[in-house]
Amino acid sequence: MGRAPSPFATKIPYEKKDLKIVGTNPTARGDAVDKVTGRARYASDISLPGQLIGRVLRSPHARANILSIDTSAAEALAGVKAVVTRDDFPDMAIEHAASGELMVNFRDVTRNMMARENVLYDGHPVAAVAATSDAIAKQALKLIKVEYEVLPHVIDVRDAMKPDAPILHEDQFTKGVEPKPTTPSNVAARMESKLGDIEKGFAEAEIIIEREFNTKPVHQGYIEPQASIANYTEGGLAEVWTGTQGHFVFRAQIAKLLEMDLSKVKVIPTELGGGFGGKNNVYLEPLAVMLSKKGKRPVKMVMDRDEVFRATGPTSGTNVKVKMGCTRDGRITAAQAELNYQSGAYAGSSLPLATITVFTRYDLENVSVVGHDVTTNRPKVAAYRAPGAPMVAFGVETVIDEMARECGIDCIDFRLLNAAKEGTQTHFGPKLGPIGYIQTLERAKVHAHMSEKLGPNQGRGVATGFWFTLGAETSATVNVGEDGTATLIFGTVDVTGGSRSAFAMIVAEELGIPYEKVRTMSGDTSALGFNFMTAGSRGTAAGSMAAVTATRKAIARMCEIAARKWEVEPDQVVWEDGKARPAGANVGDFAPMSVAELAKEAAWFGGTIAGHAEINVAQGGPGFGTHIVDVEVDRRTGAVKVLRYTLIQDAGKAVYPEFIEGQFQGGAVQGIGTALNEEYIYNDKGLLENAGFLDYRIPVASDVPFINTEIVEVPNPDHPYGIRGIGEVPIIPPLPAIANAIHDAIGIRMRDHPMSPPKVLKALKDQMIEDAAAQGTAAE
Amino acid sequence: MRYEAPETLDAAIGLLAGQSGQVKVLAGGTDVLVQIHADMIEPDVIVDIKKIAEMREIADEDGAWRLGAAVTGKELMDNAAFNAAWPGVMDGVRLIGSVQVRGRATVGGNVCNASPAADSVPPMITSRAIATVIGPNGTREVPVQDIATGPGKTSLEAGEFVVSFKFPKRPARSGDAYLRFTPRTEMDIAVVGCAVNLTLDDAGICTDAIVSLGAVAARALIVEDAAKALIGTPVDEAAMDALAAAASAAATPIDDKRGTVEFRTEVAGVLAQRAAAIALERAKS
Repeated sequence: MGRAPSPFATKIPYEKKDLKIVGTNPTARGDAVDKVTGRARYASDISLPGQLIGRVLRSPHARANILSIDTSAAEALAGVKAVVTRDDFPDMAIEHAASGELMVNFRDVTRNMMARENVLYDGHPVAAVAATSDAIAKQALKLIKVEYEVLPHVIDVRDAMKPDAPILHEDQFTKGVEPKPTTPSNVAARMESKLGDIEKGFAEAEIIIEREFNTKPVHQGYIEPQASIANYTEGGLAEVWTGTQGHFVFRAQIAKLLEMDLSKVKVIPTELGGGFGGKNNVYLEPLAVMLSKKGKRPVKMVMDRDEVFRATGPTSGTNVKVKMGCTRDGRITAAQAELNYQSGAYAGSSLPLATITVFTRYDLENVSVVGHDVTTNRPKVAAYRAPGAPMVAFGVETVIDEMARECGIDCIDFRLLNAAKEGTQTHFGPKLGPIGYIQTLERAKVHAHMSEKLGPNQGRGVATGFWFTLGAETSATVNVGEDGTATLIFGTVDVTGGSRSAFAMIVAEELGIPYEKVRTMSGDTSALGFNFMTAGSRGTAAGSMAAVTATRKAIARMCEIAARKWEVEPDQVVWEDGKARPAGANVGDFAPMSVAELAKEAAWFGGTIAGHAEINVAQGGPGFGTHIVDVEVDRRTGAVKVLRYTLIQDAGKAVYPEFIEGQFQGGAVQGIGTALNEEYIYNDKGLLENAGFLDYRIPVASDVPFINTEIVEVPNPDHPYGIRGIGEVPIIPPLPAIANAIHDAIGIRMRDHPMSPPKVLKALKDQMIEDAAAQGTAAE
Repeated sequence: MRYEAPETLDAAIGLLAGQSGQVKVLAGGTDVLVQIHADMIEPDVIVDIKKIAEMREIADEDGAWRLGAAVTGKELMDNAAFNAAWPGVMDGVRLIGSVQVRGRATVGGNVCNASPAADSVPPMITSRAIATVIGPNGTREVPVQDIATGPGKTSLEAGEFVVSFKFPKRPARSGDAYLRFTPRTEMDIAVVGCAVNLTLDDAGICTDAIVSLGAVAARALIVEDAAKALIGTPVDEAAMDALAAAASAAATPIDDKRGTVEFRTEVAGVLAQRAAAIALERAKS
């Protein structure tokens, strides 16, 4: 997950105890009122006096060399205050850094933010302007003359891997191949993950199934387009308000790209209108800072939706080959996969994550995975909720379903026979700790959903998913006010709108004060130590570790205050039920002191009450889920309707169960959209045809049934409340679950994503032709 | 950009006639404003016609309905008598955009925007509604199918606009219906649309039919062979098969981001059958 685990990382053992607040559903959500009334401030809501509006000129070609850029006419237009191109940004050497679940390379980040030698996709930024109005900025873009030398392009991952494919990067030689290749390739890297002896595994198999799957890139579909406002002052300081999943990582990237000191850049995260991994990358921020520097005024930039689609990261389109073998009694003996992942214009897809997790739901002896990271003329891919996982699950969970049927074993029983459990050796390295996978399968098996009757052309499918819980750097501060209320300043981004409430519940639980007496708010980069991004389902899991650590330090401080007042030693004071109390009868007869009472006396006894945490949380506590879906196929139009949906997942501990349910439902709905209709459509010139929500079809509310959810709680042993990450697992199983349900309904295996009406109808017609041919043969 | 909102037809005609540069007539604005925001058009003058009283009227003129071109979808949906008279037209109106969009969008705008995929257009065509067009040279009557000539293009002359639509009186035992295919259940654009309007005699034999397809050609089509497949039949299985074949044969769609030729051709026939079945049911009830 981006970086190696640190031996100094923080783990806090699970504490089994009665909870008063954690696990309940408070009626007051921390984010709700401001969002409902429109008071919540998103990046595009921020305006500064004298601000300019920035706009980006984007490539109209899929691939071209830039011969020249003439900005003189734009600069001469009244109202234009700054124009920037590649000449305004320093070139960067190859240097990798973690940016969420994916790695970035600064040589490429600077080129993706502003094209240098060439443009590599439709929408690639070529220049940016700042003007006194949006209309003038747009007019200025039209006055910039760019001379292009249009070159052949390649969009599809399989085409890009062919020997005669147009090569995007002449200096790109496939990494991970020995000896180093002598010719450049679109295959940026080859990687492997192995366990046991794959040949032996297949030799032991009685049933072997090998299938090939293809998926199109899909977009995260966040409703809020990227937006940033930057103010660069004559003193050399930059302030940036932006929608981000990680303001500290963005600060680092802005500073690096603009060759500034970290300390001179302040990033203020605004309310986030959806991220899903898509807001792990800088796009506008460095441009806005540079335009502000040149224009000597604040600069605001907001992407249009078509810019979001054309130029911000979708997930990888993929080609996946899965070959698995099992015995007739249903024991998997071998599991092999080849993953070909588009990375877009520059290397670095979610392939490393996908490669090491292909088969992690199963307890396997023999695994062999080979992956290729492939550059194509599309926007550089970004993380998207369990990056890379839904596409491999499409392959694996479909093949599992096929194997189970071949063995004559129920598909849940088949999974139970092979399920990963505590002690299972993963092919990514460690052995699994206590996990809830088997529980989700067992609960699915007895769920009322499974006994709902299916009608004609209806089918039921099951699939499962696994994802990590990332740890990483996390900081927080708890301040106890003079009135005994508490404020938590957190440094992770509340991407889902849920973690701020979860933190408040946990801080209240720790302090022993009501939930309503805890306010949680995000701190900008000047308020706290470094925080890694909210990625890898770490927001609540890791953020709460910092919150607990900081709160316990505040509690220690409160015990110290009581000790000073009582004139005893600090270790003679304990914290119980929200009060400082004498540790035993021999300490003395002192009335317990509440937070409010301690806060009142804090100044006299040494100063304000606060606690801080600057920790590196250990990665751990992975999540597992099982999904059941019923679909109905319209045989005459190929339309697939989702009738029923049930999702069961291990949350470790559900801090705020309604929020968990919301996360589960949101993930399932995104997965349903991915499965049925979402895809990037490029024309033969390599230009994106559906850069908007009208033709990029995420589901609307009436497209999906109520998503039933069940929460399993197998505590994460390394978290004081047992919390696991839950955000990403729910998007993994829908694609294969729906494919399995379609097969159950009409007897056809869909292996090309999306399973849209034209594809399903075509498959139905092909099936009719095959059936007719088979009957003809039988008649002879 | 100048915005004008005349309150009489004469004032509107005067404004539209006297302009140089790009002039755009605005009713609900659900297409025009989107096109402006998307930089697709940069009109010099916008003439908003929805403040003209006669353009907002829905009138039952002795069984022949007259519908002002600036009546919104929502207003039409709230008119129970019109809904009962032309349920197929309302099938189309109800599918336009979303609740919010229908609060502003008008049938007149849907017709004049000239999208081949407009949902109210095929059922307006099969209703045999006649548009009253007004302009600097006076008034003329134009069947709805002759308004759009291609994507975004109409037969309206410079300075002309549609004032109202006049529906014919309906014979007894008539029914109409419109169905569209979209991957999403709402907030979507028809991949294929089909309207059927038919009349039965008292023995249940179809005496009159008209079938229109949307989104399978440069503008909504009238499919004569599809109507012929129904006329003189009890709209039985054989007639339905012939209807589907005729509809599919008439479709000349393109491959685009919204659907393939193969898919649209096939589904045109399927929708024709399904719409005919609903129209038949309505004619009988």
